[in-house]
Parts: sequence; structure tokens; C-alpha cells
Amino acid sequence: MQSTSPNNSALISARSIFKSFAGRRVLEDIKLSIEPGQIVTLIGPNGAGKTTLVRIVLGLLQADSGEIFRQASLQIGYMPQKMQVESTMPLNVFRFLQLSGVHDEATVEKTLTLLHILHLKRRQLAAVSGGELQRVLLARALMRKPGLLILDEPAQGVDLAGQAELYALISEISSTQGCGVLMISHDLHLVMSATDEVICLNQHICCHGKPEHVSNDPAYLDLFGARASQDIAVYTHHHNHEHDLTGKITHSHDD
Amino acid sequence: MIESLIQLYTTDFVLYALAAGISLALVAGPLGSFIVWRRMSYFGDTLAHSALLGIAIGLLTNSNPQLSIIISCLFFAVLLTLLERRPGVSTDTLLGIIAHSSLAMGVVVLALSDSIRVNLEAYLFGALLTISSSELLWVVAIAAFISLILYLFWNDLLSATVHAEIAEIEGTNVRRLNLILVLLIALVVSVSMKIVGVLLITSLLIIPPAAARGLAQTPEQMAIKASCIGSLSIVTGLTVAFFLDVPVGPAIVVAASAIFLALYFYPGVHKV
Repeated sequence: MQSTSPNNSALISARSIFKSFAGRRVLEDIKLSIEPGQIVTLIGPNGAGKTTLVRIVLGLLQADSGEIFRQASLQIGYMPQKMQVESTMPLNVFRFLQLSGVHDEATVEKTLTLLHILHLKRRQLAAVSGGELQRVLLARALMRKPGLLILDEPAQGVDLAGQAELYALISEISSTQGCGVLMISHDLHLVMSATDEVICLNQHICCHGKPEHVSNDPAYLDLFGARASQDIAVYTHHHNHEHDLTGKITHSHDD
Repeated sequence: MIESLIQLYTTDFVLYALAAGISLALVAGPLGSFIVWRRMSYFGDTLAHSALLGIAIGLLTNSNPQLSIIISCLFFAVLLTLLERRPGVSTDTLLGIIAHSSLAMGVVVLALSDSIRVNLEAYLFGALLTISSSELLWVVAIAAFISLILYLFWNDLLSATVHAEIAEIEGTNVRRLNLILVLLIALVVSVSMKIVGVLLITSLLIIPPAAARGLAQTPEQMAIKASCIGSLSIVTGLTVAFFLDVPVGPAIVVAASAIFLALYFYPGVHKV
């Protein structure tokens, strides 16, 4: 089922993916492909099969049928939705990142600096806050210099200001390191600005394309309702001012 | 008192007991740490209890007792791993059923065979002072083997314990590692039987790491300090048993618990 991609430059491409659990169809005829440097976002309601699809792409789960082409020797960095930190194990952030198999201290420090969490290096994992833990997990995913990053709700548990920053960071990493990104997100309006392609999933692919295109698609409006799409409209409008962290307008450029 | 201590620790059978106990404590430190981190203590318990059935069958079929214990522990370890993947019955219910039914079956089988006279208490609570030189050799050889495997797979085992899926994506064969860990636990259980007995094995595996947790900043520190605490419990337990004339296995476990409590309530030691 897995082989090298036949002709195109895609890091990974899947087609005609079907998957059922206990007779209930979860994924139906899914097609997906990710190019180097491209950010693809999966959105969809709960139970839409987003995590299942990601697990199939990762190879953690077998599809019932379909084909997956993976570029030869593709290194994948994976950031799970959640990590239960075992408090009985003494483990600091530095050692946790070394468990990736990359032991070089300079590499670890470079990655921590990139994610602005160098100060956490010697902190025990159990003492890291939820929002910080997401960055530590992202750092772990980056340790082996992946060609493809797969992120399952990367901004979960991160406060609103931090979310925007995190997505900006992911987008920056993708463009500077040239890696493809496949992520799951619920934060529709935040993610729209940092993604090249949106796939709207509800067991089957409802619609897909550029974020602006998807947010006007009737299938999308059906799935998320008009309110959600207005949120996006609000977000994508041209800002004529800037906010500080408390929401106060700090800068106005009405010229 | 000093003289009788010197006399105690220059006697052959006491030295054998000490060597066997410390070898076991040294591997029980790191292995027990994994049991604590992965919350598998009930698994170890079940394995130990089912080993009694193995002993009974071994005695009935007149096999080498060491070998029959090892084989039955490995067999139950694989069986439990396979059963764990079955949905429908929760793991702790399943382990509870197997642990107690196999313990009961072991006792019944032993009692039925009137041709064999066995000291059941020795298997339930250990008989460290009766350890022979060939049994000591078994313990040392198996402890050395377990240490080697742990050393070779240490980082992979840690990675798989912290997050199995991340480890898998990074190229670690998590299922193989889980099987290795379970088989190592089976091996250590099979050699501890003579030392602390079926009913107390798990305590020797989990009490020292639990006591070491507050003293450790890294997984390696926790494992090594657990080995030291385990060894200290062996020496203390053996000495106390000699002077108070009490069974050695339980005395060792009491010593380990006392160290755990002392460290747990000692101010300044980080709590689990």
C-alpha cells in the first residue's frame, strides 16, 4: 500500500482512503497530498475523522482500502493532540527532546530558541504549563529535521494571543525549513491566515481549496453555519489598527 | 553484637543469600522504575501469582524447578500481553481473575499430589537462606542478562514509555520493546521467587523506585538510587531477620517500606 510517489513532487499523497470502525464508516474516498513548504489544514466537526485520517497518514493505523504514496526516506515530525506527563518519572525538557535520538546539545538549544522556550531547558516536564508543553511537543517534532510536520491540534490549551503566535511560528518554520505541514485545527479564523489549503472533512471531503474559497463554499457554510464564516470574514477584513494584548487599540493607520 | 555480625557475614549460606539478594536488587531498580512509570504493578503481581501454578506443574512433571519457573513466567507474560489487547473485559479485571485463579490452582495442584512434599511457605514468602550455589549462579546470570538488555535498549524503552506514538513515528519498534520489557519482568519474577516469594515480589520491584523518586532529577538517577535502596533493604532485612529470628523475605520488604516511609516524610525530599 505504501510506495514512492510515481511522478509528482508530493511528500505524501493519499487517494481513495476508506476506513470504518465497527461497521460505522469514518472516512470515505479521501484524497490528500502535501507538497514541500505547503501547509494543509484539516477542519471539521467532532467525529469527522480528522484524527483517524492523520493516524492513517502517519502509518499508525491501516486504512481499509486506498493508496498512500510516501516519498522515499521521508522524515515525519509528529505532534500528538495531548501528552499525559507521567509525574512518577523525573524528566526535564532537555532530556525529553534527546529521547528523539538527537543528542547534540547545540541542536536542542537551537530548536528551543526557535520556539522561544530556551528558558524551559532544565525544567521538569511535569512542571511545564499546558501552553508551554505544546511548544515543547512542537520542538520534539522538529528534532529530526522532518520533511513533513504532522500536528494534531497544535494550539490546544494555548491562550488566544499565544495561538496566533504559534500558528505564525508554524508558518515561519514551514517556509524557512521548506517542510510540508499537515495540521488539524478547530481555530478556524486563526488558521485561515496561516494555511495554503484547507480540507473540510466530515467523513468525506466536503470541500477543499484556498481558505478564501472554502469559507464561501456552501458545503462549508452548511457544516459550520453562517456565524463561523462571519467570524472569518471579521478576521480577514483589512485591519486599520493594531491591538495590544489587552485588546486596546495601540496603533491606528487611517491614512 | 559486632562479633555475631562478623560471624553472620562470614557464613557461606549467608553470603550466598546476600549475593543473590543484591544481584536481584540491582536489576530490580531500573526494571521496577519502568513498572512504576508504566503503572504495571498489578501486571507484575499477576505474573508472580501465576508462577505458583508453574511450580506445581514443574514438580508434578519432575522437571528442573528453576527452568519450569522461568518457562511458566515467560508463558504467562506472553499470554497476558495477548489478552490485554482484547476488548470487552477491562485489563485490571482480567489481571485480577488470572492472578487469583492461577494462585489458587497452584495451591490445589500442589495439595492434590501427595507424592510430593513441598514447603508451600517457601514459595509464598521466599527462602533466601536455603539458596544453593547453583541457584545463586542462576540469579547472577539472569541479573547480568537483564542488565545487558536494559543497557542496550535503555533510551528506546524510555522513549516508548514517555510517548509510544511519538517513539513509533521516530522509528522505534514499540511493540517489540513492550514485549522485551514484559519478558524481562517475567525473568526477574522467576528469580525473585526464592528470595522474597510469590506474594512479595512486586513490592521489591516497586517500593525502591517509589522511594527513590523524590531523590531523582533524571530517569537514570531514579533507577540507580532504586538499586541502592533495594540493596540496602536486602542487607537490613537479612540482618534484622537474623537477630529477631523472623522470616527473611518479609523482613526485607518491611525494611524497604521503612526506607520508603522515611524518605517520603523526610522534609526537603520532593514528594511523588
